[in-house]
Amino acid sequence: MKKEEFGDNESLELLHESASNVLLTTIDDVINWGRKNSLWPLTFATSCCGIEMMAAGAPRHDFARFGMEVYRASPRQADVIVVAGTIVNKMAPVLKRLYDQMSEPKYVVAMGACAISGGPFFLNSYSVVKGVEHVIPVDVYVPGCPPRPEALLYGMLQLQRMIETQTIKSRKKRNASHDTK
Amino acid sequence: MEEKVKNITTDEQQEYVINMGPQHPSTHGVLRLVVSLKGEIVKNVQPHIGYIHRGIEKMCESITYPQIIHLTDRMDYLSAHINNEAVCLSVEKALEVDIPDRVKVIRTIMSELTRIQSHQLWWASFGMDLGGLTCFFYGLRDREKILDIFEETCGSRMIVSYNCPGGLMYDIHPNFQKRVKDFIKYFRKILPEYDQLLTGNVIFHERSKGIGKLSLKDAISYGITGPSGRASGFSCDVRKHEPYSAYDRIIFKEILFTEGDTYHRYVARIEEMWESMNIIEQLIDNIPDGPFAVKMKPIIKLPEGEYYQRVETARGELGVYIISDGNKNPYRVKFRSPNFVNLSVLNQIASGFKIADLVAIGGSLDLVIPDIDR
Repeated sequence: MKKEEFGDNESLELLHESASNVLLTTIDDVINWGRKNSLWPLTFATSCCGIEMMAAGAPRHDFARFGMEVYRASPRQADVIVVAGTIVNKMAPVLKRLYDQMSEPKYVVAMGACAISGGPFFLNSYSVVKGVEHVIPVDVYVPGCPPRPEALLYGMLQLQRMIETQTIKSRKKRNASHDTK
Repeated sequence: MEEKVKNITTDEQQEYVINMGPQHPSTHGVLRLVVSLKGEIVKNVQPHIGYIHRGIEKMCESITYPQIIHLTDRMDYLSAHINNEAVCLSVEKALEVDIPDRVKVIRTIMSELTRIQSHQLWWASFGMDLGGLTCFFYGLRDREKILDIFEETCGSRMIVSYNCPGGLMYDIHPNFQKRVKDFIKYFRKILPEYDQLLTGNVIFHERSKGIGKLSLKDAISYGITGPSGRASGFSCDVRKHEPYSAYDRIIFKEILFTEGDTYHRYVARIEEMWESMNIIEQLIDNIPDGPFAVKMKPIIKLPEGEYYQRVETARGELGVYIISDGNKNPYRVKFRSPNFVNLSVLNQIASGFKIADLVAIGGSLDLVIPDIDR
């Protein structure tokens, strides 16, 4: 079909019937589809949850099914930071720096009781940050001490769903409200 | 301008300092190493610790003895069961409680299973440190089988909290014996595969033989225990020298080498897995009948005094030192953690080798960082 002949919705149906390679979508959908299916986590593990994160990447649970198998050691190449383990006062500036070094779009998953609220170290401990949201904005919380690899997988799928519903506008808004600099 | 150029020294003596960690995949956690280099040769390694210091020792002073167990799990999470056992044994020692045979045997079996899964994970990550990604998949595949056994009996995968002062939290699952036997049968077939994959590999030999030599004298003076110490010929197996639980009734050999390099620290752990399987096989068919726990008082108070108990974790000797003033909370608890001591030797053995060898040496010491900082 020539460009001049394309008039209204009927010509669209004509296009459909003749099985032309036309795909109509919004930019948001395309971007979100791309983002959500290649979430690369940062290899950032402080304690026990890190082992369960490794187990999630291992044969039985296999992160790779959902496009997350590429663990990146550098924050500049990572899309999502899974805070796996306790964050203590000495580590908090380092975590903040790691988060700042990640390039947009970036997401945070707080894995385990320690990252959510301090967990078993909530009471009586003088050095533990009581929840990682005091340092960086969190998108998904995965409870457990440590959470099973299935729980982490579920959390990551929830993150994918969250990404799916985002638009460029809402993303901007969110970034502005989370601007911690 | 010219003066400036002159001032830049191209002197070979100048050291180049780089920072490794706290976020670095091969430090296995949040250990920070400040490495001084001359070219590619490591001159000095200075570990900076405290990035995961949670104040467990101080926390212990404000909680009761049964509660301490749940914190020791999270110190050395790969030998969680053995850490629990250390606290339980020291509390039982203080109260002079007689522990049923059944408890002793089950504790020993669980400890050895913990040791195997810890070494499997170490093998997986050590292979990965040296560039062999397949090791990671093999090691973790087999580790899941042990975690299944744990999950069935203890309800949790790795942070088991299965011990309590006076015995165990609950009895073993009816499937326990069958599952363990199946696993041993399976793993005896699989372990030679580990050897084929990594132990016999020429590249691996090149990277590990003669690297990071630790002499017997240094091992003793630094107090390096566990497989790292035994690879240097330091006979330090607490299971042998000061048997606890059911280790006095079984026959097993202490793995000893004299070379003390990275390769032999590796082989010592592989051999330990074989030995652990032997221990389990001796015990799994003769779990005695009886109660799985002694009835203790609801509030445990230790008599005034000092108590020390040491056990052999997967990484070395763990000591639990409790000072009690007669209350339900301890006055002071000190953990002599194997990783903290093993880390101290890193500078000694890594100096003079290349920076890539530092990763291999650090991996062969098998450090778990939360156990260093506590």
